[in-house]
Amino acid sequence: MSQALIQIEGLNKWFGQHHVLRDIHLSVQAGQKVVICGPSGSGKSTLIRCLNQLELHQEGSIRFEGRLIEDDAAQRQQLRRQMGMVFQQFNLFGHLSVLQNCVLPQMRVLGLSQAQARERAMQLLERVRIPEQADKFPAQLSGGQQQRVAIARSLCMQPKVMLFDEPTSALDPEMIKEVLDVMTELAESGMTMLCVTHEMGFARRVADSVVFMDQGCLVEQAAPEEFFSKPRSARTRDFLAKIL
Amino acid sequence: MRENIPDQPGSLIAPRPAPPERKLPWGRLDAFWLLLIAALLAAGALRAQGAFSYEWNWSSVWPYIIKTDPKTGQWAPNLLVQGLLTTLRLALWGMALALAIGLLMGWMRNHPRLLLRLISASYVMTVRNIPPVVFVFVFVYFIASQFMPSLALDQRLSELPASAQEVLAVLFGPAALINNFFLGLVCLSVFSGAYVTEIVRAGLQAVPPGQAEAARSLGMSEGDSLRFVVWPQALRQVLPALSGQFIQLIKDSSLVSLVSIQELTFMAQDVQVSTQRVFEVFVLTAAVYFCICFVLSQSLAYLERRHARAR
Repeated sequence: MSQALIQIEGLNKWFGQHHVLRDIHLSVQAGQKVVICGPSGSGKSTLIRCLNQLELHQEGSIRFEGRLIEDDAAQRQQLRRQMGMVFQQFNLFGHLSVLQNCVLPQMRVLGLSQAQARERAMQLLERVRIPEQADKFPAQLSGGQQQRVAIARSLCMQPKVMLFDEPTSALDPEMIKEVLDVMTELAESGMTMLCVTHEMGFARRVADSVVFMDQGCLVEQAAPEEFFSKPRSARTRDFLAKIL
Repeated sequence: MRENIPDQPGSLIAPRPAPPERKLPWGRLDAFWLLLIAALLAAGALRAQGAFSYEWNWSSVWPYIIKTDPKTGQWAPNLLVQGLLTTLRLALWGMALALAIGLLMGWMRNHPRLLLRLISASYVMTVRNIPPVVFVFVFVYFIASQFMPSLALDQRLSELPASAQEVLAVLFGPAALINNFFLGLVCLSVFSGAYVTEIVRAGLQAVPPGQAEAARSLGMSEGDSLRFVVWPQALRQVLPALSGQFIQLIKDSSLVSLVSIQELTFMAQDVQVSTQRVFEVFVLTAAVYFCICFVLSQSLAYLERRHARAR
């Protein structure tokens, strides 16, 4: 087996006295699509937020491309530009237009010129099928459109991994599909993806591997067919019975 | 409209123009209230006139606005206009300095480091919780007196070339009074800065944490995230509160008349003493403050509208 792109070993995290991640082991190969599911409060968001160090873990190790992630601001910044992140609440910059949202980080982080950044931004806005909204402000867009812009903004940084933190949970049912379509297309293009989601249809279609978490523990990891047809743990069966 | 009823079930109703907008929201009852208010005001004014008979006499006040220079025979600004100019200078520089203090202290107020938070919290708590008059006296006689003399601004100024002195005179007033002016300016800014600090703190806290997280997740540095994402949104949010504070600052500039800074209120009191026309001078001074504040509030409202459109 080739070297894993992401290698998590013995990860532990506490919020105060609350043990939110308990001894997590997980490895992700380049090109792999991993869907993380589980009841709310199970630590799945915290897990992917630890990956790009928006949350700092207390014990265990995370390796990205074989390199150990340490408590170091410069390395953290370097790490984050290689990991795109899409949030549940979109988090587009409210004071900037859609285009500027995509241009600003490219100019500040990648050091591109305005023209280069604009060109790449427009390419990616086209890829998420929203180029005509480039000059609008986030508040003028629907939730689904905002989330697609957020995906484009992340892709502008040419990340090696995309992290999705419940990307469709804040959307109206009509808009979920347009975001999932973009994500499916991204998966087909070969992007490595880690996705926290309750969209089991998406998991079945796209994932190479489904992870089930409960109470901070990684309970089960399996290929989707196996995960959905014959889950090993009782807790997983219980969860699937509730949401399917 | 009969013809708009769809003939096929399930088809959409065609859009039609909206009915005309209602007229001004103004009815008979409003007219009645307006008349009542006007009548009450008029009755009050009549009663006041009866209660104390005051002979309005404006003619002795006018010369204090503009005088004729006895030597050259030309017109020159007199006390009140000189005071007004000082007030305007105080207001302008005061706003800039109070904003600078407020931005720095507001940032410190949210800083993860306890020491910085403590410093800025103590500053705000001290200034906000003592009466302004007490603050002015304590600041000028106990605090500023420690460092103002060693600055020796007037002496440094006199060593500058004449052209520079002229420019500085326009910006900061007559050279002879420069120490005095700076004393008032620093006092006013430190006082007002405490309120600006709280406004800025509230603005920073009002920016959702997700904004900074998104910036960080894109690989932006902490500094870039603050500069390009958090601060612009924080300042936009506090613009209305900040305008209010700036208007307050202009009126608060009258406080420094207590320590003999020769701004509008100080000069007005001077003129009241020499002319004995107390109310005329009061009315005139109030009108001038009103005009300055009104113009400022209108310009800031314009700025707010422009920024609101950008959202």
